[in-house]
Amino acid sequence: MSLGLALVAVLIVAIAAGGYGYVRAGRLRLSTRLHSLPSYHGAYAALWAAIPALLLIAAWVPIQSSLVDRAVLASPEGQALPSFDMQRDAILTEAHAIADGQLGQGFNAESATIAPRVRTEQTRYALLGGAVALLAAIGGATLALRRNPLQFRARTGVERWVMVVLFSASLIAILTTLGILLSLLFESLRFFRVYPPQDFFFGVHWSPQTAIRADQAGSSGAFGALPLLWGTFFIGAVIAMIVAVPLGLMSAIYLTQYAPAKVRSWLKPILEILAGIPTVVYGYFAALTVAPVVRDFGLSIGITSASSESALAAGSVMGIMIIPFVSSMADDSIAAVPQAMRDGSLAMGATKSETIRKVLLPAALPGVMGGVLLAVSRAIGETMIVVMAAGLAANLTLNPFQSVTTVTTQIVGLLTGEQEFDSPKTLAAFALGLALFAITLLLNLIALHIVRRYREQYE
Amino acid sequence: MNKAAPSEPSGRWTDAAMTRRVRRRYAAEAIFRGAGLAAITLSVLFLAFLLWSMASKGVGGFTRYEAQLPIDFAKTDLFLDPAAIRGPDARSAVAGADLSGAISAAAKAAYGPAGTQLFGDAAVDRLTDAILANPNLVGGKTSLWLPVASKIDVAAKGEGSAAAEKIVAGLEQGHALRRTFNAQFLTGADATDPTAVGVWGALKGSVYTILVTILLAFPVGVLAAIYLEEFAPRNRWTDAIEVSINNLAAVPSIIFGLLGLAVFLDVMNLPRSAPLVGGLTLALMTFPVIVIAGRNAIKTVPPSIRDAALGVGASKMQVTFHHVLPLALPGILTGTIIGVARALGETAPLLMIGMRAFVAMPPRGVSDPATVLPVQIFLWSDEVDRGFIEKTSAAIIVLLLFMLLMNGIAIYLRNRFERRW
Repeated sequence: MSLGLALVAVLIVAIAAGGYGYVRAGRLRLSTRLHSLPSYHGAYAALWAAIPALLLIAAWVPIQSSLVDRAVLASPEGQALPSFDMQRDAILTEAHAIADGQLGQGFNAESATIAPRVRTEQTRYALLGGAVALLAAIGGATLALRRNPLQFRARTGVERWVMVVLFSASLIAILTTLGILLSLLFESLRFFRVYPPQDFFFGVHWSPQTAIRADQAGSSGAFGALPLLWGTFFIGAVIAMIVAVPLGLMSAIYLTQYAPAKVRSWLKPILEILAGIPTVVYGYFAALTVAPVVRDFGLSIGITSASSESALAAGSVMGIMIIPFVSSMADDSIAAVPQAMRDGSLAMGATKSETIRKVLLPAALPGVMGGVLLAVSRAIGETMIVVMAAGLAANLTLNPFQSVTTVTTQIVGLLTGEQEFDSPKTLAAFALGLALFAITLLLNLIALHIVRRYREQYE
Repeated sequence: MNKAAPSEPSGRWTDAAMTRRVRRRYAAEAIFRGAGLAAITLSVLFLAFLLWSMASKGVGGFTRYEAQLPIDFAKTDLFLDPAAIRGPDARSAVAGADLSGAISAAAKAAYGPAGTQLFGDAAVDRLTDAILANPNLVGGKTSLWLPVASKIDVAAKGEGSAAAEKIVAGLEQGHALRRTFNAQFLTGADATDPTAVGVWGALKGSVYTILVTILLAFPVGVLAAIYLEEFAPRNRWTDAIEVSINNLAAVPSIIFGLLGLAVFLDVMNLPRSAPLVGGLTLALMTFPVIVIAGRNAIKTVPPSIRDAALGVGASKMQVTFHHVLPLALPGILTGTIIGVARALGETAPLLMIGMRAFVAMPPRGVSDPATVLPVQIFLWSDEVDRGFIEKTSAAIIVLLLFMLLMNGIAIYLRNRFERRW
């Protein structure tokens, strides 16, 4: 906790340095002309005091925790701990919680004995790190304040710092992308070490339940992802699109070509509401209202295998959710068709609908296709509707009344509930995540490529 | 020679073939137009049906039935130390007593053997509050209105089992049943008994999570947008940043949950189920949305503003922070609120980082275990008890109202502050 203290101390040093710089420059300004305003002189000193020290503290937190763990394990109490890694880590985690006062009593008795040691080591290293950070703050402040305000261009210095901050903010995007890629790749590689990738991608049998006893049949669990990929494709790219593409496209055509401006200004936001409703609401709607209707309909037309967790229920509700997305993409690409083409067609005596069907739509087709691909990418990444309305049974079926499962459903299924982080089930979720990430990324790239190439043709 | 070939269509307007053709073309026009109208009508009807079905199912969740219960404390074997329930630890003293046994004994005395099923956890909560408010209650005779058990509640609302319906009919005959507004639903947290559940815990968790998201994503997103729009040189780095922002905006939300699980929980050892981790994860998800909205807003500020400020001697940084940013801020805020509203309705990434635990206490800080409103809806939708159906729909109404509020603010900001140049 003394790192928090160090944080406060660093901020105090920064404020003091800033105040001093401001006042000093303000005094000088009474008699001479300075390059920068006093506030820049103050800010320059404060930034030099605060930023390096804060970075040090931020970097120290993870270093400290590993140093503390190492010191605790090297201590006599730590040597007495069981050498089995997982158990030792569990005890350490508990001891940390006890030391922080979050936990009164650990599950393992040993955690109580090493908790005081954890606390002393934590204090020791926090003092060390805090002292270094404080020194850095004081050093930075002195360095900045040694500049002579008469000659020094403090504004340039401050702006250089701000530039660094701006640039690092934009780096977050790259870091996030890298973080996603690396964490997915890393965990997937660990999964593929215990489960062969060809079985994962081409296997048709998915039953991730690992047996409790080693001699049980099928004890390793089967992770053939093909039924999942099929279910994802079937719900997201087939059923949802059968609902969303005609409705979205025709809505866009009506709104842009036929509807009076007033009607359009009302209907478009209403349609957008469909996109703003949280997916968990759609999921509940699909499971509670749509699924029973679909099942009863399936039974009534003689499909005895109709399930209450049918692909049709999940897919059609997902399609409704996607309508505004398809509609606005279609809207954009129809609007991008040059007016001259429309005018030419109308001047030839074609009716409005003939112009739309024979001229506008063919010209807008690449854009619409790109939009549909983006919609597919969104649909297959959608989670809550399928988790709540589609089942967990991995079927390779073409029957929309039957239950299929999807990649996202299985990721949720594998990762919810208590289990070890390293089990193949958990790792399989990351492998599925990687597959999902790759597929959506590919779809997006293709879609953007199509949209861009098409746009270039008319500009 | 002057006879026209019969197969050649004639070009005259008055010809029967021509009028037929024109009529057919106009019919096709009407059909096409009708199809467009049908599509948009159907979409709007879907929306109306969705909202109506949630509203009609959920309204009941805001009310619950209460039954009158005469309690003679002397006849129950409830033991409560009169000093303890007036002392500072009164709540734990009352909680330690067997109130549920006392209720069921009193109910049996009043309504016969069926009475034991009449009351559930919510009644115990209510009796606890009543005793704490008036310790003199204990020892005397009194008559209280207590919330009925879920089974009876469902039956009173018309969807219960035959046995429960019979109990309800009996109660109604004695005028011992009334329908009241369920205040506990707005002030309580999760519970196992649907009549005792509340959304306040989840709502508070949502607020904490969203606050963390805004505090992280908004400043960083705005700074990144400023950098990309005003300062970034045209080079490979900038391209890489732009590509990753555009890609991140299209990555499925569940992938961010996997990232949060692997990085925040496994590597950084942050607390599970905490709004802090949820907010961090959602911040990464909202960040690209804010950057894109921010860039668009900054783009709309006309170059003349920049030129004028540069002309009177402001530095590039001063131009940006003193002139461009204030002018672009309403647009950025609108985009931010829309992105945050989306994060507010997000469920999947939060499931990944363990915000699906049963949390019976509203969180007191960002590192307490918590759940959020959408996850609470998901959890309740999984419950078997029929009483949860209307609670789930009622929670959905609360969530939609919350989102409506945020979007309303965004629209207000846009109309009030956004400038057209």
